[in-house]
Amino acid sequence: MEEIPYTVEPRPDTGLYNGKFGIWMFLASEVMLFGALFSAYVLLRTGAQAWPPVIPGESYMTAMEILNVPLATLNTAVLILSSVTVVLAWANLKMGDFAKGKMYIWITIACSVGFMVIKTIEYSSKFAHGWGPSTNNFFGIYFTMTGLHGLHVVGGLVVWLYLVTVGSKMWETEPERYTNRIEVTGLYWHFVDLVWIFLFPTIYLL
Amino acid sequence: MSEHEMTNEEIQEHIKVYLKVFAALLVLTGVTVGVAYVHLPIGPAVAVALIIASIKGSLVAAEFMHLKGEKKWVVYSLILTAFMFLVCLLVPVLGDSNYVETGWHNPLIVDQEAAAGGGHH
Repeated sequence: MEEIPYTVEPRPDTGLYNGKFGIWMFLASEVMLFGALFSAYVLLRTGAQAWPPVIPGESYMTAMEILNVPLATLNTAVLILSSVTVVLAWANLKMGDFAKGKMYIWITIACSVGFMVIKTIEYSSKFAHGWGPSTNNFFGIYFTMTGLHGLHVVGGLVVWLYLVTVGSKMWETEPERYTNRIEVTGLYWHFVDLVWIFLFPTIYLL
Repeated sequence: MSEHEMTNEEIQEHIKVYLKVFAALLVLTGVTVGVAYVHLPIGPAVAVALIIASIKGSLVAAEFMHLKGEKKWVVYSLILTAFMFLVCLLVPVLGDSNYVETGWHNPLIVDQEAAAGGGHH
């Protein structure tokens, strides 16, 4: 079987190895996916008589009073930390230190599990109040956007788990290609972090 | 970035930058949350929140995603993406966003309207 070209060597026309160009194309499409939702958020919000809409029997003025800002702040820090550990994993692999690289990937995995646990606590308290996606437009867009973001975290988590376990065998035969896989997955991971950086203030704080 | 062979010293320099960016991101997160508790009027609040988020986003993109010094094809496709993203965001403004049927009516306003309407009789 012929080997797939340009997994390590840059393609002459793009100057990039294929995986990297591929992930950037994918991320561009992801920008449009989240962009459409941000657009929907702006539309719903500017069209609303009050934001968040009034729920009969409840008294609050801002989203900050309904959503758990301290927990979401903690989650922001957890996600930022996980992005740092990804670049540290990549840097250590680049220097040939497989053990350290793997350790940082495990920390990333721990962070993403932590993020999802915190998210579950957040969601549960909303459900306990009887608040769900169908409560009103505010909760609708809150659950849609944070839910889609959460799915991205879970998706990344699955890939990290693969790369740190069975997928890590590649290090023995093709270390450079393995390092590239970590870099490409890292690019996706930073994008997920980036989305959260915008989601957090727009939904929780404004 | 990864297309040329980096020496260990260069990578160590990268690691220093990563840790600085990490600190900056945590500080900016603290600032944006702190500002939120001040409860500025909505206009300045949106401006401050988006400016801080943009700085944080730029740091992540430039340093963690190695966009600083990335190949031109990545940069070109992102410029196009950024343009399309703006178009996407502006759809509500470009369209008629004066009134959106939400299927939900503010009971306070409905009551006022009913009271005003009742006064004519």
